[in-house]
Amino acid sequence: MPATLEAHGLTKHYGSQVALRAISFALVSGERVGIVGPNGAGKTTLLSILAGVLAPDAGRLSRPATEIGWVPQQPALYSKLSVAENLRLFARLEKLADPEAAVARMLEQTALSQRADEQVGRLSGGNRQRVNIAIGLLGAPTVLLLDEPSASLDPRQRERLWEFIAMLSAQGTTVVFSTHNVAEVERYATRVLLLADGELLFTGTPAELEVAVGDGGARDFEAKLVSFLHARGH
Amino acid sequence: MRWLLVKDLQILRRSPLLTGLLVVYPVVIALMIGFALSSPPGKPRVAFFDQVPRGHGTIALGGQRVNVGHYAGALLSSVSAIRVSSRAQAIATVRSGQALAAVIIPADLPQQIQSLVTQGIGSPSVEVILNSRDPIERQVVDQAITARLNQVEQSVSKQLLRVAIADLQQVLSGGQVHALGQTVHLLGLRNARAIVAGTLAGLPRGSPLRPALSQVISFADLAIQGLSFASPALGTIGTPLAVHQIQLAGATTPTDAYAAAIAVIVSLMFVGVLLASGLLALVRSENAYARLVRGLVSPGRLLAEKIALSAVCATLVTLVMAALVSLFVSLDWSRLPLWVLSLGVGAIAFAALGVTIGAVAREVSAASLLAFLIALPVAFVALVPANAVSGGLKTVLDVIAFVFPFKASLQAVSNAFSGTAPGAGLPLVHLLALALAFGILARVALVRFAR
Repeated sequence: MPATLEAHGLTKHYGSQVALRAISFALVSGERVGIVGPNGAGKTTLLSILAGVLAPDAGRLSRPATEIGWVPQQPALYSKLSVAENLRLFARLEKLADPEAAVARMLEQTALSQRADEQVGRLSGGNRQRVNIAIGLLGAPTVLLLDEPSASLDPRQRERLWEFIAMLSAQGTTVVFSTHNVAEVERYATRVLLLADGELLFTGTPAELEVAVGDGGARDFEAKLVSFLHARGH
Repeated sequence: MRWLLVKDLQILRRSPLLTGLLVVYPVVIALMIGFALSSPPGKPRVAFFDQVPRGHGTIALGGQRVNVGHYAGALLSSVSAIRVSSRAQAIATVRSGQALAAVIIPADLPQQIQSLVTQGIGSPSVEVILNSRDPIERQVVDQAITARLNQVEQSVSKQLLRVAIADLQQVLSGGQVHALGQTVHLLGLRNARAIVAGTLAGLPRGSPLRPALSQVISFADLAIQGLSFASPALGTIGTPLAVHQIQLAGATTPTDAYAAAIAVIVSLMFVGVLLASGLLALVRSENAYARLVRGLVSPGRLLAEKIALSAVCATLVTLVMAALVSLFVSLDWSRLPLWVLSLGVGAIAFAALGVTIGAVAREVSAASLLAFLIALPVAFVALVPANAVSGGLKTVLDVIAFVFPFKASLQAVSNAFSGTAPGAGLPLVHLLALALAFGILARVALVRFAR
């Protein structure tokens, strides 16, 4: 299967601190890739480089950022504008051929049609995140990046979010998400990228990660992962 | 950029308090300035206790009488006088706040003046009582009362001089003197000299009276010469110097137009700086910056959009304000294109300063606070007269006034309002340079936005 996105040797420094060390990987259509790792591992930096928000110090990407959908961790929305107005603004800025059709499609896809005229500032956190994701999907991107998409959601909203992501992936969109929650990676990712201190320690399926991590005498997978990282000096 | 403008206008429309303030504030300021400039200055309320008995306000000078009480009337006409009947009542009136000051004329003031004029003894005085706790108000009232008393003093002096000059003229040339109900003919020095000279001419050559009469004629010549000089000299004592001003800077802006320009520029600054800083900081507060600059809008265009929108709003608001002020103050409407140009360029410079503040502060409330903290001192510094301070402080103030757009905007707009020197060209170039400099600073500061 041809790669939808390839990263080669992505490196990033913040002053003397190394945030990413020559990260390389390739993604294929319909994959759900979970980027996992402790705080400061480089997850947000990696997603920001893939999204075109940050420029890497070295390395390259196979696809321009404008062809990639991006959903930042904090909803990037204008709270004084309505749901439809936010979608329309970004559809126009993305210079979509038919902005109104794109808005209507995203309202329907995210089940926000009933809330189209409501100001975003009055929406719940879950609905705001849906609008946030809808904006990321406006250009019907082949690759969608989500930075900790479930961080501010309650369990019910989280469940709905993962259903939505599963649907996107079933339609062929490559979804890349970062998370602190190892259980989410186990449940929803088809592939895992394990980062620590800017280094890509592992890439493979959740099952392969479980094997790689091993037993280590720990009670659950999260504890095993912590032991795995400790053993490698992270 | 069009869609960003539409979006910002939608946001402003949905912020009625902010938008209302942006419109109402300059209008209210304009009306206040207009009324203040068009209203005549108020007369200070002064309690007045005149202890001089009626009919005893005159002093005798030579053969004439001067009514000192007449000048008290002049003092009363220039203040809002509250007549009181005792010193205690005068003090109570000031203490209660009914009057800002009290003036007490002692009963023997005419005698004091008489003594000074005729014998050179004494120092006539009136009593002024003040009770203001506010130092500025105290200074204003003190200056107002003192200035009016000085006017009265000068009027009395002039009248006394007129009487003295008339008496001198009679000594010199003679005339009629009315005293004790009788008219007396006064010979005068010139006539006396003529009589002596005639007598001298009729005497024989060897007369022993000749040397004595010649001495009298010489003395009379010297006295006539001296007194002839003294009369005009005394006449000029009241106003010894006339001041003729020459403005090297050409015609200056009329005070009213200058005050109007200051009010307009203060509003231009607040609307331009606050709006631009708030609009830019809002982009980050809403987390939208990173989403916008990943290929949708360049940081430079984002800044340009905020500057343009803020400058247009500030220009429109201050044009309305200037139009309202012109109802009260004479502004040159034939220079309207220059009004628009000066306000527009000034607004661009202020908006560029605003986006720099917004980029540094990165948060709406912090940006608004910082904008206020910077704008107010900048305005004060720019309004300090050039020679009010000296040395290093003057240099510092000059530099601050130069690197912020207030002073240049004021120069451009006051010229636009009245067409007086200095011209608007140099300030406009200065403002464009400042706009460019602040734009570059804002672009550099935006690097922190993505973090």
